Order: sequence, then structure tokens, then C-alpha cells
Amino acid sequence: MTTQLSNTSSGPDSTASRGTRILGVLALVSMAALALFGLVLSPPDANQGEVVRILYVHVPSATFAYIGCLLTTVGSAMYLWRRSQWWELVAYASAEIATVFTAIVLVTGMIWGRPTWGVYWVWDARLTSTAMLLLLLLGYLAVRRLPADHGVRTRRAAILGLLLVPNVIIVRQSVQWWRTLHQKPTLLANGVGAEIEGLMLFALFVGFIAIGLVFTWLLIHRFRLAWLEDQVDEAGLDVAIAERRAEGAAS
Amino acid sequence: MLQDALLIAGKDLRLELRSRVALNQVLPFALLVLVLFAFALDPDRGVLAQATPGLYWIAVLFSALLALQRSFAIEAADGNRDALRLSGLDPAGIFLGKVLAVSVQLIVLEVLLGIGVAVLYTTHIEGWGLLVVSSVIATASIAAAGTLFGVLAAGLRVRETLLPLLLLPVLAPVLIGSTRAFEAALAGSPSEGWPWVGLMSIFASLYVVAGVLGFGPLLEES
Repeated sequence: MTTQLSNTSSGPDSTASRGTRILGVLALVSMAALALFGLVLSPPDANQGEVVRILYVHVPSATFAYIGCLLTTVGSAMYLWRRSQWWELVAYASAEIATVFTAIVLVTGMIWGRPTWGVYWVWDARLTSTAMLLLLLLGYLAVRRLPADHGVRTRRAAILGLLLVPNVIIVRQSVQWWRTLHQKPTLLANGVGAEIEGLMLFALFVGFIAIGLVFTWLLIHRFRLAWLEDQVDEAGLDVAIAERRAEGAAS
Repeated sequence: MLQDALLIAGKDLRLELRSRVALNQVLPFALLVLVLFAFALDPDRGVLAQATPGLYWIAVLFSALLALQRSFAIEAADGNRDALRLSGLDPAGIFLGKVLAVSVQLIVLEVLLGIGVAVLYTTHIEGWGLLVVSSVIATASIAAAGTLFGVLAAGLRVRETLLPLLLLPVLAPVLIGSTRAFEAALAGSPSEGWPWVGLMSIFASLYVVAGVLGFGPLLEES
């Protein structure tokens, strides 16, 4: 199948380009800088000790997970409105990467929570709404990957993508009320919101740059891959027809 | 549009009256869930009484999934969906009609399930105003979101497994809201419940608007 395709189509044989190679090197360098500043140079926190270092990954990941969701909704809206294939692929690619980043946020959050709160999970508004966000994203991806016609998949997924951000807002609001009407949010009071300055602030800044570069790099590659997948889908039928014809001619 | 909605709702409800699938299968299922909760949570320890509003709405949600599957299954056979599409009815009307039919079935179910809870869990019911209003709003939310996601999953081979995955996370605010409103009503402090009714109203409006706008294109291709 793959040899057939590479013979018949003249598409690129890699999702990399000059630009993404440079971007990839920059991402690697900034990740090394993040490791240096986050793990070595920045001091341990007065309250949280060494555990604070995981936040240099956790907080930027959360920010870019939200950016990914926003891109999915914008892309879905543009696809439904303008029938733009380009935006549809942006929506799909960013949803997938947002899913990965949301999972990273949850896992790093739990690792941070165990020494800080003594448990992996508390029914805090932020944690719960992030978990719901992950489930909503999985729903979108399930529809986008349905074994159905391309147009059916993309249009139904786009409707879900369009509702993603409104859903996140409503879920977040309801979960916040749900917790705060019953108990005060004490757990985070001396956590993320605490003042940070100096080298710690800089480490967080490096974290934003590094995670942002990784996010962009992944997004571009995933976008190109999704585009190639679409091409294979379309070309696959032509190839199959050509093969059958060849068989017919040979016999 | 409203006329088309009443037409579709009448059709679906007539189908239900004659086939009695919701009455003979979904309602016993809902009652079964209530009994299963009693098995799982020992009735003598007081857990059941504390958790009654939540258990009630979980039972409603699960039954709603079945009712929604049924609402689209009746059009799956014999190319009925194509007939519906060709009938010239306004898609927004079809959406509203389906929402209305599912809502009516759910409200009947909720009333009967409420009697079941009152009898089986010996719940003392008070705060009627809040109970009724929050039930109606929650039902409209479930039916509107459910109908939109129902048509989204309709016509696919994986629809039975897909619908719960899509619908239940989205309905989380409705479950939280209706449960808290019921708790507030049963505890005799309805003022705590009304903000939740507001939140659910926003939810219901969002999904009614999304359904009215999006149902046409989705029906077109399913």
C-alpha cells in the first residue's frame, strides 16, 4: 500500500520543513533551558519546597491546552462558515494536541497534589473541570475519527468543536458553584496563586516559551500529517481502482 | 416552524402511545436503577436518604439516554429519515418537535420515578415550586442537548456507544444543577436552589439555539 502510494503520488515524504526543523531545534534548546532553570538554578519554594518545580511545566501546559481548545472552536466555526478545509485541519490538529496537554496538566497536577495536599485527587473546581474538559475533547476526537465518510465526520466534529468552548465555560461555572457553595476553596489558597518572583518567575517564563514552542511544533506537524491522511484517503480509492483495472488487464 | 414542531411531537408521541416502548421498557429500567442503588448503598445507613436527589437524577439521565436512542431509532428503519427530510418540514421545527416529544416522555417518567423515590426511599417531599420548575428546565436541557447529539450520532454504526460519551460530559452542569436544586428544595431552603435554575436555563437556551441552527445541516447528511 505505502509503496504503491509513494510511486503514484508526488507528495512530500516527511512532515518536516526547513522552518519546522529550526523550530524543533529552538524547542529542544528551550526545553534544556527550562530543565536548567527549573531544576537547578531556581530556588525551592518557601512553602512547597522542591515540589514547586513541577509547576514550571504544569502552568504553561494548562495555558496551551486552553489555547488548543480555543483554536478548535475557532477552526470549527470557520469550517462551518466558510467550508475551509484548512481551518478544519487546524481544529482537528489542535484538539488532539490540546488533549495531550490536558492529560499532562492532570498528571502533573496529581503528582504535585500528592505531596502538597496529601492526596492525588481532590474534588476541587479546577481539577474537576479540567477532567471534564479532557472527556469533552475525547468526544470530539471520537467523532472526528469515526469510520464514516470524510464529510460526515468533519461536519459532525465541527459542530462539537463549535460547542467546545461554550461547554467548557458552562461546565467550569457549574463546577465552581458546586464546590464553593459547599466549601471554601482553601486548598489553592497557598498554592498556585502565591506570589512568585525573581528566578522562579523567570523559570516559569522559560516554561511558557519552551512549552509554547513544543506546542507550535507539534501543531504544525500534526496539521501536515492530517493533511497527508486526507490525501491518502482520497488517493486510496483511485489506487484501488487502478489496481483492480491492472488485475483485469493482466488476466 | 411551531406548527411543524407540534406535528412532529404529535407523531412521536402517537408512536409511543401505540408501541409503549418507553412505558414498558424505559420506565421499568428506571425503577430497576432505583432498586439497584438500594442494593449497592445499604438503606439502613442513611446514605440512600442523603443521596436521593443525585440518585434520582442519575436514574433520569440513564433513562433519558434510552429514550433518546429510541427517538432516533424509530426513524432509522425503512428510510424514514429520508422521508422526514423530503417532507418539506422546517428542520428547526423537526428539532423542536423531537425535543418536545422527548420532554413529555421524560416528564411522565420523572413523575412516576418521583413517586417511586418517595415510596421506596421514604423521601419527604417539600418545596414544590422549586421542584417543578427545576425539573422542567432540567428536562428541557436534557432533551435539547440530547436531541442535538442524538442526530449527530444517528445513522452511524457506533451510535449506541457514541451518544453516552458525547452527551454525559456535556450534561454534567445539568446533573449538578438539578441535584443541588432538589437538595435545596427538600432541605426547605429553596433560595439556594434558584441560581441553579438560572444556570440550567442558560444551558437549555444555548442548546435550543444550537439545535435550531444546526439541526438542518446535520439531518441533511445523516
